[in-house]
Amino acid sequence: MTAPIVELRNVWKVYATEGLEVTALRDVSLAIGEGEYAVIMGASGSGKSTLLNVLGCLDRLSRGRYLLGGQDVSDLDDDMLSALRSRKLGFIFQSYNLIPQLNVLENIEAPLYYQDVPERDARRRAADLAERLGLGDRIYHKPAQLSGGQQQRVAIARSLASAPLLLLADEPTGNLDSKTGEEILRIIDELNAEGRTIIMVTHDDAVAHRAHRVVRLLDGGIQSDEYTGSPGSLELASAANARK
Amino acid sequence: MKIVRIERVVRMAVKNLAQYKMRAGLTVLGIIFGVCSVVAMLSVGEGASREIQEQLQQQGSRNIWLASEKLPEEQLSGGQTNSSRIAIYGLTYDDANRFSRIVPNLESLTPSKKVRFDVRFQDRSKETEIVATTPWCAEIKNLRVLAGRFISPRDMEEGAPVCAIGARLARTLFAAYDPIGKNMKVGNDVYRVVGVVADKFSTPEFENKPPWFVGDEEQVYIPLKTYVQRNGDMFVRFGGGASTMEKVELHEVILTLREQDHVMQAAEVVRNVLRGNHSREDYQIKVPLQLIRQMQATRRLFNIVLGSIAAISLIVGGIGIMNIMLATVSERTREIGIRRALGARRRDIVAQFLVETLVLSISGGLIGLLGGVIIPKTITFLTDVRTVLTPLSFIIAFGVSVAVGIVFGLYPARRAALMDPIEALRHE
Repeated sequence: MTAPIVELRNVWKVYATEGLEVTALRDVSLAIGEGEYAVIMGASGSGKSTLLNVLGCLDRLSRGRYLLGGQDVSDLDDDMLSALRSRKLGFIFQSYNLIPQLNVLENIEAPLYYQDVPERDARRRAADLAERLGLGDRIYHKPAQLSGGQQQRVAIARSLASAPLLLLADEPTGNLDSKTGEEILRIIDELNAEGRTIIMVTHDDAVAHRAHRVVRLLDGGIQSDEYTGSPGSLELASAANARK
Repeated sequence: MKIVRIERVVRMAVKNLAQYKMRAGLTVLGIIFGVCSVVAMLSVGEGASREIQEQLQQQGSRNIWLASEKLPEEQLSGGQTNSSRIAIYGLTYDDANRFSRIVPNLESLTPSKKVRFDVRFQDRSKETEIVATTPWCAEIKNLRVLAGRFISPRDMEEGAPVCAIGARLARTLFAAYDPIGKNMKVGNDVYRVVGVVADKFSTPEFENKPPWFVGDEEQVYIPLKTYVQRNGDMFVRFGGGASTMEKVELHEVILTLREQDHVMQAAEVVRNVLRGNHSREDYQIKVPLQLIRQMQATRRLFNIVLGSIAAISLIVGGIGIMNIMLATVSERTREIGIRRALGARRRDIVAQFLVETLVLSISGGLIGLLGGVIIPKTITFLTDVRTVLTPLSFIIAFGVSVAVGIVFGLYPARRAALMDPIEALRHE
C-alpha cells in the first residue's frame, strides 16, 4: 500500500475563546489513500468544518500530527502553509467563493498567480480547464453573470488549476437545486474516476452514497468510518493507484 | 521575473480599483490637491527666491547706496534772494571725501550728479536724465556697453565733452543714424556720443545685430568733472508751474565694499559721518544687503506657512486614502479569505492592498503635478508674482505622493493580511 495522501495522528483542536475552552476535534486519527473519495458527515457542531479547515491547512492543530502527502505539516509557518494550499490543495466551497471582479478565466488561474506560473502558461491551463468543464463560451463572463451551477463549475476548474494532491469540497451542492447538484456531483465522480483524491463534507445521505468511504463525526471525534461505495469505484481507485 | 510580477500586481490593483470608480476618483482628488499645492508652493517659493537673488545681483550686495533728498520747503535753510530762493541740500563733496578716507574696506566710491535737461540731435529733442559720474559707474550700475565705449578715466581727467547714452535714447533720438561719434546738445553744451549702454540684466548678449534695439535706458552718462566745470553745482528745477534754484553737490553716492561681510560695519561708519556732517536728514541711505536679508527672512516665514498648508492638505489626502482603503478591506474580507485559501501569503495580501493604495496616490500625484504646473503659470499670468518650476519640485511631489501611499496604505494592508482566513471566508 502506498503512503496515504492524508494522515491525521491523534489530532486535537481546542479553541479558547474568552476563557472558555471548546474542543472541536478530539483525538482524531484518519488516513486517506490516493484516489479515495471520502465523505465526512456529522451534525452541525460535530467538528466537520474544523476537520476540513485542518485538512486544508487553514487551521493549526492543538495537538497531534498531520501528514500531507507524506510531509509533516503540523509545525509549518504561515507562509509555508500558504504555499501548500496553493500547490497541493484544491478547495470547492458551498458558496463557490469566486472573486467577483475577475472573469471566469482569471478566477480559474488565481491559484497559479501565487505560484509565479508564467502568465501565458496560466492562461492556457485556465482555458483548457474552462473548456473541459463546459465553460468554453463563458470565459470572459464575470461570476455575477453565471448561474449557480456554472459558478460552481468555475470553482471546480479553479481547484484543479494547480493539479493538487487533494480536493477538499465543503457541501458543494448545498446552494444548488437537485438537478444542478447532480451535475456537479457527476463532475466530482469523474474527477475521482480519473484518480483524484477527494474529501467532501456533506450532510446529504444521497451525496454520501456516491463516495466509497463515509467518516461520521460526533462531538469532535470519529463515530464511524466505513467503506460504503460500490466495488466499481473502489476498483477504479485502486486501478488509478496501480497506474502510478 | 520580478518586473513581470510587479506589472501583474499593478494590473490587478487597477482592476480591483476599477470596481469602485467613483470612490477611487474621489480619493485620488485628495492627493491631486495635495501634490498640486506642494508643487505650486515650491514654484512660488522658488520664484521669490530667484527674484531676491536677482535683486541682490542688481543692487549689489556689497553696495551702500546714498541719495540726496530734498526736504519740505519750510525746513530748508539757504540763501534767499528777492526773486527766487536757492535750496541747498544733500550729499556733499566733503561727505564723499570723508567716506573714502575713513570707511574701512572700501573698494570704490561712485559719486553722481543727476539732473534733467533737454537733449537734442538735429531737430529731435527730448527731456531726459543726465548722470554726471565716474568711469567705473558702468560696472557698479551693471551697465552693458552695447556699442562704442563708456566714458573713460581720460575723459574724466581732461573734462572731455563726451557721453554714453542709454539704448532707448539712442533709438528715439538718433533713429536711423549711428549715434557713435555724433554730437548731441545737452542743455546748451555739445557732447560727443562715444557709446550706447543698457542694463546688463534686461539685455541678452547679441552677436552681429545692431545692439541698441533692446534696453530701456534713456540716461545720458557724462564725466562728472566735465559737468561741474561747465555747469557748477547750481541748477534750476522746473516743476509745479514754478522754478526753483537748487544747489546740490552730489545726488547719489554708491560705496562698494570689498566683501559682503564688511557692509554692515561700513554702513555704521557712513551713518556716523553723515550725522556729523548734516544738521538735517537731507539724505537717504539704503543698504541692499540689509533689505535682502529682511526679504529672505520674510520669505522664509512665507515658505513655512505655505509649506504647512501643503503638508496639511497632503495629510488630509492621505487620511482620505486610508479611510477608503479600510472600507475597501472590510468590504473585501471575503475576497481576502478566498485568496488566502488559494495560497496567497500574508505578504501577497499586503502587496495587493499596498499597491492599490500606491496606484491611487501615484496617479493622484501625477495628475497633481500637472495641476502644479498649470497653477503657477496661471498665477504668473494673472498677477506679477514670479514662479519657477524646478525638476526638484517634481521629484519632491512625486516622492511625497509615494510616501503618502506607503504611510497611509500600510495599515489597511496589514489589517487585511492579518485576518484569519477562516473567519474571512465565513464573512458575508
